[in-house]
Amino acid sequence: MTDWLTPDEWRAVALSLRVSFWATLVSLPLGVFVAYALARWTFWGKQLLNGLVHLPLILPPVVTGYLLLVTFGRRGVVGQTLDEWFGIVLAFRWTGAALAAGVMAFPLMVRAIRLAIEAVDPKLEQAAGTLGASKPWVFVTVTLPLILPGIIAGAILAFAKAMGEFGATITFVSNIPGQTQTLPSAIYAVLQVPGGEGNAARLVWIAILIAMTALLVSEWVARAVARRISGQ
Amino acid sequence: MTLQVALQHRFAGFDLDVAFQAPAGVTALFGRSGSGKTTVINAVAGLLRPDRGEITADGAVLLDTARRVNLPPHRRRVGYVFQDTRLFPHLTVRQNLLYGRWFAPAGPGPDCDRIVELLGIGPLLARRPGTLSGGEKQRVAIGRAILSNPRLLALDEPLAALDENRKAEILPYLERLRDEVALPILYVSHAMAEVVRLANTVVLIEAGRVTASGPTATVLSDPTNAVGLGAREAGALLTAQVVAHEADGLSRLDCAAGPLFLPRVAAPVGTRLRVRILARDVLLATARPEGLSALIVLPATIRDLRPVDGAAVLVQLDAGGETLLARVTRRSVAVLGLTPGKAVFAILKSVSVADESVVSQPLAAGSARPGNH
Repeated sequence: MTDWLTPDEWRAVALSLRVSFWATLVSLPLGVFVAYALARWTFWGKQLLNGLVHLPLILPPVVTGYLLLVTFGRRGVVGQTLDEWFGIVLAFRWTGAALAAGVMAFPLMVRAIRLAIEAVDPKLEQAAGTLGASKPWVFVTVTLPLILPGIIAGAILAFAKAMGEFGATITFVSNIPGQTQTLPSAIYAVLQVPGGEGNAARLVWIAILIAMTALLVSEWVARAVARRISGQ
Repeated sequence: MTLQVALQHRFAGFDLDVAFQAPAGVTALFGRSGSGKTTVINAVAGLLRPDRGEITADGAVLLDTARRVNLPPHRRRVGYVFQDTRLFPHLTVRQNLLYGRWFAPAGPGPDCDRIVELLGIGPLLARRPGTLSGGEKQRVAIGRAILSNPRLLALDEPLAALDENRKAEILPYLERLRDEVALPILYVSHAMAEVVRLANTVVLIEAGRVTASGPTATVLSDPTNAVGLGAREAGALLTAQVVAHEADGLSRLDCAAGPLFLPRVAAPVGTRLRVRILARDVLLATARPEGLSALIVLPATIRDLRPVDGAAVLVQLDAGGETLLARVTRRSVAVLGLTPGKAVFAILKSVSVADESVVSQPLAAGSARPGNH
């Protein structure tokens, strides 16, 4: 049943899923932290952080890809250090694709989680404090369960965005079949060949299927969680 | 166990400067909205850091700005019952009740089953807060605060958001708590009916200052506090014992001032009750009146006279050791020649039972109440 896609196409689908999964999972804790900081704390440079988080949303993706390349590339400031100290290379690897997807999806994730945190009544957290819970415990036992629908929504949104990320990825890690060729890159590559629309259609259907599934699952989970925590 | 509070805090356009002691039992912080009552218990619970202050509970220093001590709320162990209950919506009633247990110090705490029974919330345990009525929520909130094993309970107008029926539903539970749970309770209220029914001690707060504090009966029957209490609310609070239910539908209650007759009281003979006699319901006569329909006529001696507003004067009376207040006109004072030391008769038009629960024992050591012999 696998012969209706070429091995390269299968690898592109699998790679996209892997890239999106890891991009979402790794950025989630940071996303919750940044969303909490933006929603609840006042600190110097808050607007700067806010702008920085949202930058990938408004910059041309190719610019984000370029910035990633000069920062995390082999000879980039951070890339060189990672390579020398930890042997981690991001450029032209699937891990680099995950980084690009994570960066591009980050603003959407943070927005969703931040909205959820802002909807939590701080009075509930105050009440937990008077019952003996320290700040970290208040977060774990009150805030976190209450923002769970927002976290799920943010994660699914980020996953879908990562699945579709193209510009920054192709700029940063290129389009190497089996290594950095994600689903959108594969569609792009197929379309470069004259008469490739037919081949692209199969990949396009897969992209639509994955996106719809993600959306429906997120709706369903978020509704179940919301019912649980609404106190009904 | 005593709570000692001394606070100074400056808001925009408002100065708070209070100091008081709350002995065991229920201490009511009474005053109008905006007088600073809630600020005081927020400072006690650690939700507000005052400019200057010192708060000690049970010997433990919760706040001492001079020594830079300021325990965070979770280490103060002040069980706070909020006006808006603040139950956790994602937890069941049972989980809400047990929430504070996770963080309470090791060792025996309050008995959960007993508190649940005392508050009548057993049938609610598996439900979620969103499905509870206002009164049920407030009972769960009270239980949650007690079960966190606090040093003291702080209740911020727990009944203010409830309608009269719900208030009547909760008050008996609060009385049972006061009598059965050995916790000092700080009770913020602007409703006199709750104060006379619950409080052993009253701290009267006006515009950020303590204008009076002491045993409830003493504070309420002091004419100098009449303005702060609201002139309509001025009156005496005394403890009386039901001695007979008579055939014509009246109940006879005895107190040090003399016998009181009330429409049938729903309490068995021998029960001790708090009764409230409002100053505006007391008439004065210089001779024992005859041919009068009022049933309660008590001999008394004038102790003090205090003009309140316009034409009114509050007269403080000593009736067999009990303090009564009468509200009369200036003209009557002049015509009858009312002066301190003069013997008069107090004619009571109405007496109300402030407290339907059984007062079977002195409510708290150290809060001597006239009539609580």
